[in-house]
Amino acid sequence: MPREITYREALREGLDEELAHDDNVIIMGEEVAEYNGAYKVTEGLWKKWGDKRLIDTPISEAGFIGVGIGASMLGIRPVMELMFFSFAYVAFDQMMNNAATCRYMSGGLIHVPIVVRGPANGGTNVGATHSHTPENIFANMPGLKVCSPATPADAKGLIKTAIRDNDPVYFMENTLLYGEKGEVPSNDECENGEFLIPLGKADIKREGTDISLIAHGRAVITALAAAEILAEEHGINAEVVDLRSIRPLDEQAVLDSVRKTHKAIYIEENKPFCGIGAQISSLIMEQAFDDLDAPVLRITSSDSPAFYSPPIEEAQLPRPNDIIEKTLSIC
Amino acid sequence: MAKKTDETQKSSFADDPINKKLSAEEKIELLRQMTRIRRFEQTSLKHYQGGAIGGFLHLYIGQESVAVGSISLLGDDDHVITAYRDHGHALAVGMSMNECMAELFGKKTGCSKGKGGSMHYFAPDKNYWGGHGIVAGQTPLGAGLAFALKYQGKKGCCLCYLGDGAINQGSYHESLNIAELWDLPVVYIIENNGYSMGTSQKRSSAHPEGGLAARAEGYGMAWDKLDGYNIYEVRAGVQKAIDRAHNESRPTIVEIDTYRYKGHSVADANAEKYRTKEEIQKYMTDHDPVENWKQTLIKEGVITEEDFKAINKAAGKEADDSADFAAKSPYPDESEILDDIYWEVDNNTAAGRTGTHFFQP
Ligand SMILES: Cc1ncc(C[n+]2csc(CCOP(=O)(O)OP(=O)(O)O)c2C)c(N)n1
Ligand SMILES: [Mg+2]
Repeated sequence: MPREITYREALREGLDEELAHDDNVIIMGEEVAEYNGAYKVTEGLWKKWGDKRLIDTPISEAGFIGVGIGASMLGIRPVMELMFFSFAYVAFDQMMNNAATCRYMSGGLIHVPIVVRGPANGGTNVGATHSHTPENIFANMPGLKVCSPATPADAKGLIKTAIRDNDPVYFMENTLLYGEKGEVPSNDECENGEFLIPLGKADIKREGTDISLIAHGRAVITALAAAEILAEEHGINAEVVDLRSIRPLDEQAVLDSVRKTHKAIYIEENKPFCGIGAQISSLIMEQAFDDLDAPVLRITSSDSPAFYSPPIEEAQLPRPNDIIEKTLSIC
Repeated sequence: MAKKTDETQKSSFADDPINKKLSAEEKIELLRQMTRIRRFEQTSLKHYQGGAIGGFLHLYIGQESVAVGSISLLGDDDHVITAYRDHGHALAVGMSMNECMAELFGKKTGCSKGKGGSMHYFAPDKNYWGGHGIVAGQTPLGAGLAFALKYQGKKGCCLCYLGDGAINQGSYHESLNIAELWDLPVVYIIENNGYSMGTSQKRSSAHPEGGLAARAEGYGMAWDKLDGYNIYEVRAGVQKAIDRAHNESRPTIVEIDTYRYKGHSVADANAEKYRTKEEIQKYMTDHDPVENWKQTLIKEGVITEEDFKAINKAAGKEADDSADFAAKSPYPDESEILDDIYWEVDNNTAAGRTGTHFFQP
């Protein structure tokens, strides 16, 4: 019987294992310790690991992320929770300048092994200030790594790898996925007794032959739902490629899929302008142009701030039907 | 909490235990360090004007006693981080003129291989963590270095320098709150040179009567205000803050009055417009920390005027030699552009080899 746990539990398991794996790993953030986490990702960890390893911070994102960066230069490995990734913007200087460029400007003398993690998603009716999806913004900056898991297994495997990585990793989760269950192998089922997923490796979430639906984050789940309907109702066998990690990027997996299916749509909950889909379509155009039977299309969130009104906000984000319609337009 | 020192206290700084125990050699070394900084800066100015150095060049001339006095107090587990006016601190922690000058020239032999420039010197092997170009951006990092020392159970501290203009940044205030809240062994040293670019301190900062450092009281933090004219005073005052960090793991803000003789940067064409020539001259003649220390040592019978001339000459030669070294050094190769971005890539690890890290079209 394969083990099923939620995305939230998978993250917690990954964090807990890394706290055990390395004494220098600490978790910092607002409400992460005594309150058990605003979204309960860190529930129980303070009780288990105590004040030294689980640290509640004041509401000072620039302050505590900067503290984490400084501490990491001396060998601490801080995992910092942003209650929402939207709040990264008040820590932008620390995250863009200090975390990303100290290595370069020191000619490689310094590295900054931090993780900043938290939910980066819309769709929860909290208005524009709490619904930002900055994966493209951070992935634009050389020196940073960005990933965005869609499933519990990927959440666990990637958070563990992110913590062990010696570069800054910004780890973008999704509140709508925290409660979703999925199969996550237990450690004794794993080779080497632990479950790690490398950054920079995409995952084919559904094999197909007729079109590549390429996505990251929760859009992967939407694409999988659309693929089922396309198969059942339209006889179209879509392949779903989950990037998982945005930078580093598994370009080969994208190209391999497109060379097989000859058609591609990128689906994301990010905004369209210079979004991840823009990068991917440029990649395909440059390197697989002759393999294409149709232009690369994109489905994104609407090009507007997040709408509060629940039914309207839902319409702002990619839905299975949007994917089906676009697919039918080229298949 | 300490208040601004009065005259009677001033004369006693020489008698402070930390100064009393200075040997003649150590006193001369302080003078040598300040002189080296001054000569390095003068030489770099010359080569900036000659076109060998690009970008910004923020000179430390006039402020030497702050870096030299405070850094002379540090031990193996004490660390330093500062802003972009960073040459003085770099030389004071023991970085060589060669690597510092070569960095200004943008050469491969520079301390950051030509990737950082004037504002971004680093030497982790000397506990020197930069060199930061964003005003006050280094202040949370200073608290973070202190956090790491405390986490690792080390009896050390971090001296985090910032300017009088930097104290109005939010990141600094966030750092102060966290430092006091978490009892971090960090010492914030405000180098109050009276100006942030062309804005006088009076036009930039609201503060209690005691001064800029007195804002510490809002955070329940200890503070002190010192006159950078006298390196004895700098050492005595900063030592108290270091002791507090070492023994109680508590932060302090120390404000040190000082003055920069040159423009904000060499590109500052207005250096004599927002302040008078007379004001600059007055500091140079009546308030120069290097001259003051030299006179002190002559009075104490530690050196003669001749000894100083020799020190000055040697420093000037060292600076000139460093400029020769820099001029003769090769520029970095264009093939190095994508190095030093990701640790995992540089170290050719499995992680560094997985996925595309660079997106050069
Ligand atoms: C965030 C930010 N804003 C503005 C600048 C441009 N700038 C560089 S130095 C400076 C003045 C800072 O003055 P102060 O903190 O007193 O330091 P000083 O130059 O006197 O050493 C300004 C406005 C900057 N580098 N970073
Ligand atoms: Mg100033």
